Amino acid sequence: MEMLMWFTKFENTKPLALVIFFTLFCMILYYVFGSKQRGERLEDHKNIPLQDD
Amino acid sequence: MATVSVAASEQYNYDIVRKFAIMTLVWGAVGMLVGVYIASELAFPFLNFDIPYITFGRLRPVHTGAVIFGFGGSALFATSYYIVQRTCQARLFGGGLSTFTFWGWQTIIVLAALGDVLGYSQGREYAEMCWPIDLLIEVVWVAYLAVFVGTIMKRKQEHIYVANWFYLAFILATALLHTFNNLAVPISMFSLESYSLFSGAQDAMTQWWYGHNAVGFFLTAAFLGMMYYFVPKQAGRPVYSYRLSIVHFWALIFLYMWAGTHHLHWTAIPDWTSTLAATFSIMLLLPSWGGMINGIMTLSGAWEKLRTDPVMRFLIVSLSFYGMSTFEGPMMSLKDVNALSHYTDWTVGHVHSGALGWVAMISFGSLYHMIPRLWNTNMYSNKLINVHFWLATIGILLYITAMWISGIMQGLMWRAFDDFGNLQYSFVESVAAMHPFYVMRALGGVFFLSGMLLMCYNMFKTIKQGSAEPQTDAVAAAA
Repeated sequence: MEMLMWFTKFENTKPLALVIFFTLFCMILYYVFGSKQRGERLEDHKNIPLQDD
Repeated sequence: MATVSVAASEQYNYDIVRKFAIMTLVWGAVGMLVGVYIASELAFPFLNFDIPYITFGRLRPVHTGAVIFGFGGSALFATSYYIVQRTCQARLFGGGLSTFTFWGWQTIIVLAALGDVLGYSQGREYAEMCWPIDLLIEVVWVAYLAVFVGTIMKRKQEHIYVANWFYLAFILATALLHTFNNLAVPISMFSLESYSLFSGAQDAMTQWWYGHNAVGFFLTAAFLGMMYYFVPKQAGRPVYSYRLSIVHFWALIFLYMWAGTHHLHWTAIPDWTSTLAATFSIMLLLPSWGGMINGIMTLSGAWEKLRTDPVMRFLIVSLSFYGMSTFEGPMMSLKDVNALSHYTDWTVGHVHSGALGWVAMISFGSLYHMIPRLWNTNMYSNKLINVHFWLATIGILLYITAMWISGIMQGLMWRAFDDFGNLQYSFVESVAAMHPFYVMRALGGVFFLSGMLLMCYNMFKTIKQGSAEPQTDAVAAAA
């Protein structure tokens, strides 16, 4: 119960949300730019509109 | 201009795209005509003619409803149905469900306009429609979601192209925004009037959470979906960086939701919400400009197309206006700048640099690309596209320049004090000072409307010379 009460306080949840979302954003950045092989595979998808005729 | 005929008419449902494309033109002309009229009413108030149905207060939501939901909404339905089919290589899901979205959406726009003119409004900006219309929107929107997601689910292309991400985010976010902003209790079963579920500052915050995200998701994210398909198609080369488009998507989608409260600076809302909104607005500059650069750099190595292809010019100039208005927006969200700009015409100018420069221009470019392909023909006149481009550009520049001058002057006049600490100007003096700029704004609107009417004529001739019948062989013709 005490732990749940901790979540009801803005001064706790605001920095927590900041840490969660910042970490998530860093993970997206890593996913997108972290691997050369994956990067090439992702870049391949940009041709989809040009293949639809 | 290259045209590839629609060999795949059987494969794809283009009939629904054609219907929405035509209504985009119709609502564009109607909405902009009303816009010019109300701009003229502000410059020359006698145009109200003491007729309640055509006063500024009633016609203004008719204008915003017709251009945002009629013109913009129909353009989004048309292009999303076109893009999702082509990039998923699958026919639209749901059979008659997409036709239901067409008739449902057009009914909503007409009913909303009638309600506005007759004086029925729930007093929420961009959501003036009474509760029965809100319920109809809910039903049509769920059908739209089903058609879009259903099509993605039966795709033959393994990857979901980024344009579809933006469209899906727009559909989901709009459902969320519309539902919560319109929570209300009707005063009786047979009355069009209702009470909002929220009150006071919470009501205002809900309204601007909706209002700003209507801009963020309806007028930005969805049109970015349009950009990510039509700019590469028209340029004949892939988007500059697909990885940047992924970061652009997630950053934009996350940040936009928090920025709405910047519309309520210096009001009774808690100060921290105001600061939070301003902070997120500043951060929004990064994904906005990332997306703009991604779009413009798609032309890298083929800049000569800007000279030779008027459709490309529409698309790229729209991105320039997008960049400009997404710089101006965060700047205006700063509390000190907002203290000057709020409640003035500067805000109106800012909205229109986004609405005309970004939303309308990217829609024009996309329609000029799509409509000839839907009717298996070339555009009737490239020259008229060029004239349209210049009329639109001059119109926007006249409009936003007038509103900048008028808005900043208003803000400065309202805050000017004399040596004794009294206000230096009365309110009516500021109104009188604005008059020449209101005339200039109406003139800008006339330019923009003329371009729109020219486009309707060009499209009418194009459709007349084309054919919606499926062709068996794909023909690529250069014009």
